[in-house]
Amino acid sequence: MTTTSLRRGTAITLALSPVARYVLRRLLLGVAMLFVVSVVVFFFTQALPGDVARQVLGQTATDDQVARLREQLGLDRGVVAQYLDWIGGLVTFDLGTSLTSGTPVADLVGTRVANSATIVVLTAVILIPLAVALGVAAARSPGGVVDGVVSGSVLLILALPEFIIAILVVVLLATNVWRLFAPTSILDPAVPAWEQPDLLVLPVLALVIGSLPYFTESIRTTMTDELTSEHVTWARLCGVAERRILWRHALPNAVGPGLQVAGTTLIYLTGGIVAVENVFAFPGVGSALTAAVANRDIPVVQAIAMLLATVALVVYLVADVLGILLTPRLRTALT
Amino acid sequence: MSAVATQLVRRPSVVAGTLMTAATLFVAFAGPALAGSPDEFVGAPFQGPGGDAPLGTDVMGRSVLARLLAGGRDFLLQGILAAALGVGAGVLLGVALASASRRVADLVLSLNDTVIVLPQIVIALLVLTRLGATPLTLVLVVGIVHVPQSARVVRAATQRVVTQDYYDSARTLGASRRRLFTGEVLPNIAGVVLLELSIRLAISVVVLASLSYLGFGSTDTQWGRMIHENQGGLTIQPWAVLAPVICTGVFLIGVNLLRGGTVRALAVR
Repeated sequence: MTTTSLRRGTAITLALSPVARYVLRRLLLGVAMLFVVSVVVFFFTQALPGDVARQVLGQTATDDQVARLREQLGLDRGVVAQYLDWIGGLVTFDLGTSLTSGTPVADLVGTRVANSATIVVLTAVILIPLAVALGVAAARSPGGVVDGVVSGSVLLILALPEFIIAILVVVLLATNVWRLFAPTSILDPAVPAWEQPDLLVLPVLALVIGSLPYFTESIRTTMTDELTSEHVTWARLCGVAERRILWRHALPNAVGPGLQVAGTTLIYLTGGIVAVENVFAFPGVGSALTAAVANRDIPVVQAIAMLLATVALVVYLVADVLGILLTPRLRTALT
Repeated sequence: MSAVATQLVRRPSVVAGTLMTAATLFVAFAGPALAGSPDEFVGAPFQGPGGDAPLGTDVMGRSVLARLLAGGRDFLLQGILAAALGVGAGVLLGVALASASRRVADLVLSLNDTVIVLPQIVIALLVLTRLGATPLTLVLVVGIVHVPQSARVVRAATQRVVTQDYYDSARTLGASRRRLFTGEVLPNIAGVVLLELSIRLAISVVVLASLSYLGFGSTDTQWGRMIHENQGGLTIQPWAVLAPVICTGVFLIGVNLLRGGTVRALAVR
């Protein structure tokens, strides 16, 4: 009995390819990590000791108002029951109701998610090819012009907070030096964000400038490692053309680490939008988060934090899996 | 030692970094004593430089220079404290993890990785939702957010030490755990810890400046908040924004140059 079920178990695992098994394991790990994040988010926003309702409404609120909010949040029940209620809602896409506006959180955040996604995707589309081209160019001629510019920008730009980069972009292109674009990006809510491209230029530019140095530097490091590796030196000694070495021998192995860096950069962008959206008064998830924190609008804060964590985990998962599928060395290591 | 000093002085990035860091620290820490009252109204809003206000006036008609001199100390002090707190706790946790059983270390490290999924600024905002922004909560929040990353770095450095022969021989000679920590581990991870401290100082200042800009700083006069308050007058009176931007930027670039130059100078040696 036990042996047959054991054998059946092995048969099922064997039926899955190694890659599928890896994806499955990473997926389960991602769900577990999301669970841990949800506990942390819930603890800090709701389970922390103290009178939540009083803190949200302030000292001027009447006892009646406080009692009503306490009932709305279900604060009289145990912490575990509150958590289960909240997480149950999240799983069924019921994000709760905003405390300040009384509208469902999903309605409030919906268009803002689309707006933020628009600038993040635009940034990634510009950033990834640019960083790869610059990083490869810097790695191919160490000590050259591109190499020097990359090193310099790492020292200067990487040190600055995103909001200062965004302010400098405003000074340069929207107010004091040239007035090419509007200094704020207040979108027309009736029109989708991508149909107002002139208002997207500066936020995207600030995000690209902020994340380019780290990305380029990482690509340069990876490519330098590859270009000085034994198999590339060997190919060079065999007289393989430099162009072919780059495309056939060095780049394929750099794809995996490159995707990891792209993933990290995307996570960095989810933090970057918080500051950059506020500089431009851009109606996105980041400005919604700071507004909700200022108003102690707990359901909105919780929903946005979980959204950002989910995006980050999906990005890491996709980057890891693609990295393995596209890197010959890593793919064969799985079997 | 003097050989190291010569190596350092010869590097332009070290010299420039030291000067930039020292200049901002001087402005920030001597400033409150030199400044007039940061809350006094000296003229109409958004006046250009001149008269009572060498850097012009801000959105409320207060002197930008007085506010600039008053607005750096608490903010940089919070950054320094947060970095020290985060790295200090990171050292304790990292060394503990290096000597913990593999299973415990794996568990704590995977919890570490989970927290890192959220950007630091988002974690800080999350915690401030309920606790509110006071100097104490800001230092605690920004400091604690460093712990997972610092612990990981210190653990790796400690593991390199505990696999060395000198550590083994000290242990075989019967040195106590405390003696092993202070006598063998600590001196050998000091470089890594100092490097980590400078990285965390820069990140603390970035996070605190961002929080202050976003309206979650602790006191009313701070560089980050000045930038936010005066952003609307950028076309009329750019100095009200540029002065705090330059001070914050010079400090951060200075720390970065100093660190980069020192690491390279020591690597050459």
